[in-house]
Amino acid sequence: MDTQESVSKEIADIHAGASGETQPRVDFPPYRSSILRHPTKDLRHADPEGAELVAPVFGHSDVDPLEADLTIQAGGEPIGERMRLRGRLLDGDGRPVRRQLVEIWQANAAGRYVHKRDQHPAPVDPNFTGVGRCLTDDDGTYEFVTIKPGPYPWRNHHNAWRPAHIHFSLFGTDFTQRMITQMYFPSDPLFALDPIYQSITDQRARDRLVATYDHDLSEHEWLMGYRWDIVLTGAHATQMEAEDDDA
Amino acid sequence: MPETVRDLTATPGQTIGPFFHYALPFDLDRELVPIGSPGSVRLHGRVYDGAGQPVPDALLEIRQADGSGDVPRVEGSLRRPGGDFTGWGRSSTDRTGRYWFSTVEPAPTGEGAAAFFTVTVFARGLLNRLFTRIYLPGDDAVLAADRLLAGLDDERRHSMVAEREPDGSLRFDVHLQGDRETVFLRYPGHEG
Ligand SMILES: [Fe+3]
Repeated sequence: MDTQESVSKEIADIHAGASGETQPRVDFPPYRSSILRHPTKDLRHADPEGAELVAPVFGHSDVDPLEADLTIQAGGEPIGERMRLRGRLLDGDGRPVRRQLVEIWQANAAGRYVHKRDQHPAPVDPNFTGVGRCLTDDDGTYEFVTIKPGPYPWRNHHNAWRPAHIHFSLFGTDFTQRMITQMYFPSDPLFALDPIYQSITDQRARDRLVATYDHDLSEHEWLMGYRWDIVLTGAHATQMEAEDDDA
Repeated sequence: MPETVRDLTATPGQTIGPFFHYALPFDLDRELVPIGSPGSVRLHGRVYDGAGQPVPDALLEIRQADGSGDVPRVEGSLRRPGGDFTGWGRSSTDRTGRYWFSTVEPAPTGEGAAAFFTVTVFARGLLNRLFTRIYLPGDDAVLAADRLLAGLDDERRHSMVAEREPDGSLRFDVHLQGDRETVFLRYPGHEG
């Protein structure tokens, strides 16, 4: 297995030749699993049409409001740092994405997923599944109450650890805005070492995946608050309804 | 009013990772219409990596028009209350890299347009989502006139059209890399 030192050197060499990219490179060999799983031909330009212009529609029949609180899904209290996570989902023109589905999944406080393939010998928390859903409100705001996930080891290289993160699945108003990403926590010492995070070669772009601690979201003797806003690409479809009354 | 978000650069994507199976799949996620119902079709295939190995931890989503060319905007895409056709579905791949959907064949959404499914592909090891289209086989003149297909060489054009299997199903394999690499798409406003 490669050492952290050699993987970090590969990352540094790639970063030295990059500038200003806002998305991860799909061809990023320090993340070993990407080597055979990225396209090598240029992406083909397409003008969106038909179904590409319309995201699937979700509503209150799909999501129970209780699914936004990951601390109440089993019979008892999960172990770990209770936290609130709130942010806005916007399109590339700054419009809120309203009443749209946000899905999250994450490890527990010990860095263990409730997934049969997770072999990390850290305890499973019987009171925590790490799965949540909500709909954004009319302001594009989403909110979850959860437990701060722990970092976890993986087999990319020797002694590899993922920075603590929450996986996010997002839809816009237009299906071309569909995306999945990961949200991280401020000042994680593992950032510099992680080839998934570092596949985004620009520091400003990497920073966009990091939540900020927001004391106004914290609650006295109860939980800590974090804020993380998400921007999708621009929508192509003409807004059919007069939705621009939020200026 | 909420504070403004100053920076409108798109948030970067990241890989779906290996542990999404207990979170994203949902009941009947790949059955946009009941299996075997009148007018239904099975859309299926496998996802392969650059070494030709099946990818057992990928997730595909399709978005499509219905059989009259209308793109559904009905609420309830996860639960489909009342059995509405919502035009969206999600299928993880199994241990052999296989995905499948039970759906209807989309009709063209415009005069003279070609009919297709829009597809997003996510996988462990894939650092950002990929988009492609699966065109319906049949009308060669319409396919030849499609703006996207017209710009491709024969082999790549052919690779974007589903194959009709003897049982009537539609087969479409996704090759993330290699000689038979799938044509992946970039829409205006997408970077990377
Ligand atoms: Fe993870």
